[in-house]
Amino acid sequence: MASVLTFTDSGIYCPAGNFHIDPWRPVPRALITHGHSDHARPGHTTYLATDAALPVIRRRLGEISADGIPYGERRRIGAATVSFHPAGHVPGSAQIRVEVAGEVWVVSGDYKTEADGLAEPFEPVPCHAFISECTFGLPVFRWQPQPMVMDDIARWWAANAAEGKTSILGAYSFGKAQRLMAGLPALGPILTHGAVEEMTSILRAQGYRLPDTIRVTPEVTAKTHPGAIVIAPPAALGSAWAGRFGPSGEAFASGWMAVRGIRRRRSLGTGFALSDHADWDGLNTAIRATGATRVFVTHGYTAPFRHWLETQGYDAGIVETRFTGDDAEEAEA
Amino acid sequence: MKTFAALFAALDSTTRTGEKTAVLTAYFRTAPEADRVWTIALLTGRRPKRAVNATELRLWAAEVAGIPDWLFEESYAIVGDLAETIALVLPPALGTDSPSLADTITALMRLTGQTADTRRAAVIDAWATLPPVERFLFNKLITGGFRMGVAQGLLTRALAAATGVEEATLAHRLMGSWDPARTRFDDLIGGDAGGDARPYPFALASQLDAPPETLGAPGDWLAEWKWDGIRGQLIHRPGAFALWSRGEELITDRFPEFGPLSDFLPDGTVIDGEIVAWGGTKPLPFAALQKRIGRKTVPKTLLASAPAHFLAYDLLEDAGTDLRAAPLSLRRARLAKVIAALPPGLPLSLSPALTFDSWDTLAATRATARSEEAEGLMLKRATSVYHAGRKRGDWWKWKLDPWSIDAVMLYAQAGHGRRANLFTDFTFGIRDGNELVPFTKAYSGLTDAEFAEITRWVQTHTLERYGPVRKVPADLVFEIAFEGIQESPRHKSGIALRFPRMVRWRRDKGVADIDTIASLRALLRTAPEGPSAPPDLPEDI
Repeated sequence: MASVLTFTDSGIYCPAGNFHIDPWRPVPRALITHGHSDHARPGHTTYLATDAALPVIRRRLGEISADGIPYGERRRIGAATVSFHPAGHVPGSAQIRVEVAGEVWVVSGDYKTEADGLAEPFEPVPCHAFISECTFGLPVFRWQPQPMVMDDIARWWAANAAEGKTSILGAYSFGKAQRLMAGLPALGPILTHGAVEEMTSILRAQGYRLPDTIRVTPEVTAKTHPGAIVIAPPAALGSAWAGRFGPSGEAFASGWMAVRGIRRRRSLGTGFALSDHADWDGLNTAIRATGATRVFVTHGYTAPFRHWLETQGYDAGIVETRFTGDDAEEAEA
Repeated sequence: MKTFAALFAALDSTTRTGEKTAVLTAYFRTAPEADRVWTIALLTGRRPKRAVNATELRLWAAEVAGIPDWLFEESYAIVGDLAETIALVLPPALGTDSPSLADTITALMRLTGQTADTRRAAVIDAWATLPPVERFLFNKLITGGFRMGVAQGLLTRALAAATGVEEATLAHRLMGSWDPARTRFDDLIGGDAGGDARPYPFALASQLDAPPETLGAPGDWLAEWKWDGIRGQLIHRPGAFALWSRGEELITDRFPEFGPLSDFLPDGTVIDGEIVAWGGTKPLPFAALQKRIGRKTVPKTLLASAPAHFLAYDLLEDAGTDLRAAPLSLRRARLAKVIAALPPGLPLSLSPALTFDSWDTLAATRATARSEEAEGLMLKRATSVYHAGRKRGDWWKWKLDPWSIDAVMLYAQAGHGRRANLFTDFTFGIRDGNELVPFTKAYSGLTDAEFAEITRWVQTHTLERYGPVRKVPADLVFEIAFEGIQESPRHKSGIALRFPRMVRWRRDKGVADIDTIASLRALLRTAPEGPSAPPDLPEDI
């Protein structure tokens, strides 16, 4: 019997349904887990994603032929039945379940197990084989609960404001930025970089509950908005764009900030370890909860994580990807 | 450790020197006395005797974390810091309180010589009870290598601000072999702690990159060889005879040849100079001295084959008077007088001043440095005082241009500290017939952006993994610069380089364009002979 999913040069492929999942080369039919650019690539003939994920995907890819699907709805494609289930990574993100002749495989996409109050919370999906990301698949990555990290960020923001400094927080434009604005207490105005505001307005229009934000324009300064926090893409940190705010505290919110050397390399004094990916315990819990006996790992520390799963009794393999986990240090994490 | 942990967190959360100085100054005003002394000790590279070794530490950590040893090692390779790796893999730190820094260190020192069970129990208990930052710092106290982003100058500036004692005076008072466990803060700051053998802070030179003409009139400068040895400070005071390395290590006993100098040098003499292995009229290649570094006792054969000699270039104290504020020309004259008064046959001589009437003449002299066993020239302004540390403008090192060769990357390994999770340590190969022979490693010389790009390339082009080492296709070519080359039976290529580093990534070249072992061997014939030197020795000037 053929495998439910196979791994090709274009990405993960389902022979029974003749479709790909998050392919990186143009294909006739692509099922997309979420809108980050290493998963939603341009050039496919047709797209299928959750209704919640589509607005961002459309904005990023322009004119595409795309179909939306609600979470949990089963759809027949060829000899396969597919459904999308919350992955908790960013708003609209999904794991994709594929069933062929009674055998169930699940592609996790990116996921995190902690509910962040914004993205649809992760749900374990029972399966025979699970394809799991493992961006942070080493035991040094263990996240603090979100409320503790938000408290730390709020303290930093308040301390900056007390010293007359603007707080500039680096965060990926889609997902992390909105998670932060939704999770932080209302200590002052929230200013946004254009790239962040674009994603924020899309999500706000979809009905996600987000606080008021002010897009940074030439007239927006530290004088007009004292005590503000500015949420901007990481690349804006230390840039001329950030310089307009005068005295400021800069920080970066990312899982990578858990490692001091990585933080220091960015010449950033302050980093907050807040990730939209599962940590070590999250990965292990999620994998166990699927009941799968076969696990394929992708994105990240795949070699040691696969070895670890084998010692835990799993039949484990690696799915090569064009996007490595460490790339995510520069992309989203 | 609460106050110390707060200090660490504050220093670690800023990259601004002004903020660091302010934080450190406040700490030195308010922290408990014993903690202040230990903090100075740690920031100046002094540390408590190691009570637990690194192997034990990682085994216990893996055990408490419930992970296999190999997974701990994989994690360490990514984090790049042992103390931090341990702090991260352990179950969450739940403690809220901790003993003071001094008490923590005292308790650690008491563990020395205890049974493994006792030490293990004490360490595991500390891990379970300390708050997160303190747990990391506790590990750091054991593993050593405290880098808190505080340079010596910043430390003395903060201490000066906190105590009102002038910076240069403080820098001198912090030198020497004071024991943090037995030293009172006031004695240290007041200058009563360093003992009779306390050295002066070494004056350091900057690299001359501009043409020497930019320095002005040649007559204003003293030129001498830049010796390729170990920088040292020789001290003879009543009741004290000591030889210090530039790293403030007391190395008197490693060079017994200098013992007789204590009978002949006048009391109250401090000389700055270079320790070299002596060939009778000029130094032996550095490799000869290399064999003596790290040896606490020296066998007779080595004393005969690599006799130590002190090439003196400055006089810091004469007849008990601190001469450092006097101009170099005067210090040199006095130094010549002191040396002239010595009986012949002692292993001490004046590092000669090179005569020159124009920069062109001097450049010609510099070109012959290799045959003099020198790395180039030192240029010192005749009117200059003896600075504490590196003050740009008065002392320059004008080194020979390095040799260079094009080689291909064969293996890559992730770095440590701020290079964690970044491939920065490369092994290079050179062509030998149809084969590529690994011949050197290099770690430095590229920009952060280049390292990041190479890291992504390594991740997507790994052929094989050997633990933390990745084998990669022989595609990326780099120009490798180095200062010296020697035969080495220990290396596969039969060759060892001195100070190899990458000078540029040759994107324009492929593996077909790299140099051959024959071209390297040709350099060997022009180089002085000698056995191998490890590639990564720190520079002493």
